[in-house]
Amino acid sequence: MSATPTTGSQTIGPYWHLLEEPEWADLTRFGATGELITLTGTIRDGDGALVTDACVEIWQASPPASDVFQGWGRARTDTDGRFSFRTLKPGPVPGRGNALQAPHIAITILARGILIAIHTRAYFAGEKQNELDPLLTMIEEPARRSTLIAEPTTPGVWNLDIRLQGEGETVFLDI
Amino acid sequence: MSDNPNDPVPFRPYVPDTQPLNDTPSYGSTHKRHPTQKLIRLPHTITETTGPRFSADKYGAIMDLSTAVGGQAIGERIIVHGTITDEDGRPVPHTMVEIWQANATGRYNHPGDTHDAPLDPHFFGKGRVYTDENGYYKFITIKPGAYPWGNHYNAWRPNHIHYSYFGPGFASRLITQMYFPGDPLLELDPIYQCIPDLAARERLVSKFDISITEPNWALGYRFDVVLRGRGATPMETN
Ligand SMILES: [Fe+3]
Repeated sequence: MSATPTTGSQTIGPYWHLLEEPEWADLTRFGATGELITLTGTIRDGDGALVTDACVEIWQASPPASDVFQGWGRARTDTDGRFSFRTLKPGPVPGRGNALQAPHIAITILARGILIAIHTRAYFAGEKQNELDPLLTMIEEPARRSTLIAEPTTPGVWNLDIRLQGEGETVFLDI
Repeated sequence: MSDNPNDPVPFRPYVPDTQPLNDTPSYGSTHKRHPTQKLIRLPHTITETTGPRFSADKYGAIMDLSTAVGGQAIGERIIVHGTITDEDGRPVPHTMVEIWQANATGRYNHPGDTHDAPLDPHFFGKGRVYTDENGYYKFITIKPGAYPWGNHYNAWRPNHIHYSYFGPGFASRLITQMYFPGDPLLELDPIYQCIPDLAARERLVSKFDISITEPNWALGYRFDVVLRGRGATPMETN
């Protein structure tokens, strides 16, 4: 069977909002029950300027996707460069081998000036499994590791600020 | 890390030069938006190999972009169709395809678009279709116009339609743009040119298709798309 490589990626551009359905930022909208959380944060560029036109998508393998919880959502960054999702707090999920991964949410960042999707993850501060997580333990510098860890702000609200480039650059993943 | 027979089969790495680099100096908006630290290579877990499932009951289909608010959009009506397969040629069935584009004058129905070209009250420029069991999709729209942008002096985007695909897992997500054959702007467009491999680049250009063209009604174009395949080829799994 002859193999054809994956079609080339192109930027989502500045006008992707034509697709936007604001309610998709609420992953619990079909009636999911569990530990409700808000995952929020800002995105900044290499100058520290807020990125106000990004498309942020999240996916979580836990709790398992179902009719009432699809595990996926999409949100814009607003005029303050902030995204915000309503979802369920994930639990640990299997890793490769016999490893267990700490609770996490996968994040895709798409925007004007981004030609191929940028990937990262949000973990949760204070989770015991963070110390054994295969990805987190791969990152030696504590300051770098902390770019993947959302911090609680008010009850039920977790914040993860993302820096695309420069000082405090977020750890991004080659998947 | 020891292997486990229950480990998910990873998606295959991208073929070199078939994907753009986020650090592409000719495209100005990339300058401050590309990561400079080395990406961490993450062996795929179920977080990367599984992904969302969409269906028309929750995410309704919009198959005809060429009419809105009870009227016909202005412009050249076209039918776009094709198949979505993985790298081994296997169809990607029942996957959601999102579509967005400028109108025939090159203007988006978007508050951020300040191009001095008319909006069309009968064109929104948003579509959503699903592949069938054979990975086949089809929709109706009007041919989008070219539009100016601020990247460099006298910069114009070639006629293009934007697409979003999901495929079977988080790591198969793809955002791309479809172009039209014979467009002289392609050669000058840093976004199209960002894909190093010529053959990969040219696969972003749709083909005129007389077989789907409908007499006295609409021209047809074909755009086939390939999403990532799994790491193990069928040969290796035997
Ligand atoms: Fe565009």
